[in-house]
Amino acid sequence: MRRILLTLATASVCIFAASISFASSATIKIGALFSVTGPPSFLGEPERNSAKMVVDEINAKGGIKGKKLELVVYDTGGDATKAVQAANRLIKEDKVVAIIGPSTTGESMAVIPVAEKEGIPLVSCAAGSKITDPVKKWVFKTAQNDGLAVAKIFEHLNKKKISKIAILTVSDGFGASGREQLKSNAAKYGIQIVVDDTYGPKDTDMTSQITKIRGSQAQAVICWGTNPGPAVIAKNVKQLGVKLPLYMSHGVSSKKFIELAGDASEGIIIPSGRVIVADVLPSSDKQKKNLIAFVKDYQNHYKAEGDHFGGHAWDAIMLLKGAIERGAETPAAIRDQLEKTSGLAGIGGIFTYSATDHAGLGKDAFVLVEIKNKDWSLVK
Amino acid sequence: MELSDQIAQYLVSGLSTGAIYALIGIGFAIIYNSTEIINFAQGELVMLGGMFTIFYLNTLHLPLPLAILLAVASTTAAGLIFERLTIRPLKSPTPLALIIITIGGSILIRGITMMIGGKDTHALPAFSGSEPILIGSATILPQHLWIFALTAVAITLNKLFFQYTITGKAMRACAVNRRAAGLVGIDVKKMVFFSFAISSSLGALAGIIVAPLTMTSYDVGIMLGLKGFCAAIIGGLSGGVGTVLGGLLLGVLESLGAGLISSGYKDAIAFIILLLILFLRPQGLFTKAQTERV
Repeated sequence: MRRILLTLATASVCIFAASISFASSATIKIGALFSVTGPPSFLGEPERNSAKMVVDEINAKGGIKGKKLELVVYDTGGDATKAVQAANRLIKEDKVVAIIGPSTTGESMAVIPVAEKEGIPLVSCAAGSKITDPVKKWVFKTAQNDGLAVAKIFEHLNKKKISKIAILTVSDGFGASGREQLKSNAAKYGIQIVVDDTYGPKDTDMTSQITKIRGSQAQAVICWGTNPGPAVIAKNVKQLGVKLPLYMSHGVSSKKFIELAGDASEGIIIPSGRVIVADVLPSSDKQKKNLIAFVKDYQNHYKAEGDHFGGHAWDAIMLLKGAIERGAETPAAIRDQLEKTSGLAGIGGIFTYSATDHAGLGKDAFVLVEIKNKDWSLVK
Repeated sequence: MELSDQIAQYLVSGLSTGAIYALIGIGFAIIYNSTEIINFAQGELVMLGGMFTIFYLNTLHLPLPLAILLAVASTTAAGLIFERLTIRPLKSPTPLALIIITIGGSILIRGITMMIGGKDTHALPAFSGSEPILIGSATILPQHLWIFALTAVAITLNKLFFQYTITGKAMRACAVNRRAAGLVGIDVKKMVFFSFAISSSLGALAGIIVAPLTMTSYDVGIMLGLKGFCAAIIGGLSGGVGTVLGGLLLGVLESLGAGLISSGYKDAIAFIILLLILFLRPQGLFTKAQTERV
């Protein structure tokens, strides 16, 4: 509640400030839609924090070409209807030149028609591949496609000559999208899914599903979900003495997962953005400098570790900054310049957009990490 | 693996989840029997037990046993404050008003916990390691043994209290007939107060002993509360064996359903049972139409 009030207060201050500075075009207004509250708050909160942090930093350095940035943030609470209302308000009342967010795929899909109709560039922070597939004129995204994470896992399975797998996905949007990608890509890698099971986002015991997997032909288990479910699964797998290799999704690539799963997290392999392994990356890595700066800044500002969710918002602001630096000021010019982004080393990966690719990332946006001694280690 | 081995595992898993449902269900039953209130905030008391333990353990760095004791005490205090501020001042305690109040209270408790403790999920360390124990072809964790043992102890103590102490007998009298109990000199309000104390501490205990397995966060209370309520309904809202059997039955059916049919139906199973019992046998599975309740 306090958070909602705070957000409201911030929003109204922003609107107030906006009405004063409306006549002058000394600031560039960017809108942001994040689910700071609600179930996806684990995405929205770090996203809002990171976006604010990076905008403050840009302004402290004198803005972009002498113009300050102004961030107008609305909380969507993870609700697609609210997201659409807020998007309309950003465009019509706040007159922003571009929007970053929303945090989830469902909200993004709902906001896309608004952005398309009004001609405002939208840089979504959600992962669903359908956001930019097929390509939409005004829509870009920063979060890595689920498909890339799946491909990374399947390549590793191929290397280990594992061909029969069990999948255990959470029954929400994230899990459904992962399940779809796992199933549609399996054949391409010669992989057969022998058990396809799900669990509820609030379930607290998955021994039934794992018992079923234990009784099957599966040689490896892939679990697709966000905390806390996968941590319960990790514990259940250990409890039942299942010795199969366990893969998880990028949805749990934060220290929180290791903390929750404890000893049971040992040996689990996760595709992840580079941010969690920033300090062990070779110094030749193009992203390393930005990654370390992001993690350190976030730590200083919010006393928490910067994760790849916050990174999506960081990337979105940086992409816009790049476009504006190249001379774009109107929504249409920003869109055109966004599309020309090339080789921008962000947090999620190295972004190169084109007329046919508004997701901008390749498979190398993910690295595989294994949990060893309660820490991440790169899988070569 | 043989199907029979799988079923053994489903049974063992189901029984251990069921024991928790039973413990939560008993909390519902005790309050219902002395006040005729279904306390829908019972689930939040379960959540508070886990969250308080996390607070004492991680923030104040107290040893685990002390943290657990303090958490049970704090949750009991929270339950009593809840009763004082919401149930007692009510002038005309109609069942509908009471239900709405407890639901409102549960949302309030959840909100406050979220604001103070944040939205993160937390894990408690297991009480005695996490090396699986083999029982036949099924495996369980040492924590499951704690759950069985503590549930059994809590329920036995409860039974003895209600059977053999004056206060316990007075509370049973309130359950049978509140007005008559008042007429013979039993302080009914005090008994209601006691019932909240007992059920809060049982709820807290349940929340604490599951936290190492299922983890805890500000919003775990809803589901656990509903499952506990379901167990209590199966047991006909009895404070004893009925609810325990109800909880165990529910746990086993859920586990078998998830394993043999589909995990998608896991929660549906609980609520279908709940509805069927309410329609067909509102007095519970194990009781005859008229029996004593506590």
